[in-house]
Amino acid sequence: MKINKTYLSDTLIIIAFVIFCIFSVFSGFQPGVIILKNNFWPFTREMIAFLPLMFVMIGLFDVWFPREKIERHIGKDAGMKGTLWVIILATLQAGPLYGAFPVAYLLWKKGASIRNVFIYLGAFSALKIPMLTFEIGFLGLKFSLLRTLFTVPVFILIAIILEKYLQDKQFDVQEPK
Amino acid sequence: MKLLTNLTIFLLIISFLVDRKKTTLGVKKGIMMFAKIFPSLISVIILVSIVLYLIPQNLLLHYLGSSSGIRGYLFAGLLGSISLIPGFIAYPLAGILVKSGVSYPVIAMFVTTLMMVGIVTLPLEARYFGLKTAILRNVLSFLGAVVVALLIGLTWGLI
Repeated sequence: MKINKTYLSDTLIIIAFVIFCIFSVFSGFQPGVIILKNNFWPFTREMIAFLPLMFVMIGLFDVWFPREKIERHIGKDAGMKGTLWVIILATLQAGPLYGAFPVAYLLWKKGASIRNVFIYLGAFSALKIPMLTFEIGFLGLKFSLLRTLFTVPVFILIAIILEKYLQDKQFDVQEPK
Repeated sequence: MKLLTNLTIFLLIISFLVDRKKTTLGVKKGIMMFAKIFPSLISVIILVSIVLYLIPQNLLLHYLGSSSGIRGYLFAGLLGSISLIPGFIAYPLAGILVKSGVSYPVIAMFVTTLMMVGIVTLPLEARYFGLKTAILRNVLSFLGAVVVALLIGLTWGLI
């Protein structure tokens, strides 16, 4: 199992670090003390202070806006409305970009336009709400707002360019076998 | 960050008043998610804490600081394009890099390419959309990341 492997390496790292810290503090090993006091502790304290709340927000989001409800709207509405729905769908998800490909395939099968399929990919990579909370927490509201503000027109433009290019090329999204 | 905390508490109260059961479920879900990533988060913080101690700050600034110029952007873009780091690890990492002196536009380049460009996953993407389309999307996304980073660089000092 992949997950167990990840947990194992995490656990090993954490245990090794705890031992390293105890050793450093008691023997007065300066690099260890500096790593602990100047780096590790401030970084961790900051995250513990607000991350649980962020995840509570994500959980609430999940129960109030279930993905299945949104998915029903996809494909039915064309144009701007359809675009809005794929963006909303994308913001509710989490995970790496390659996790979005199967959903893009589904959207395509449900009748979404080329443009909306790629807007979905763009929104998925840049507007996921769970990730935005992380971004605001670690990089600040100013950075997150600016980045979002600039990224939205960029990925919409990319989708339009791709649509223009693919329009007469018998574009199809396929499910890998 | 304070705003975000207050907003969450506010929404939590409203949600609780509207539907108690749903709210409890949501809170549980959120805490479970947090518990799941917690070990990875801590071990990444550990590794970053150590690496940042080992890399001299002037070296980091030389390659990724505000005076690193085009080289800094390219380096960050390349790093973002080839890495497959989940967001919950990438953002803490980016936050620590900013505190260590890496400039925000360079971080924007890294974050944007990380999310929108995937060289490692290109073969997979090609199986869904075709090779040409996949390459085109990635190239456009890389250029898009450059635009985003430059715009952030231009506006950062103004606000």
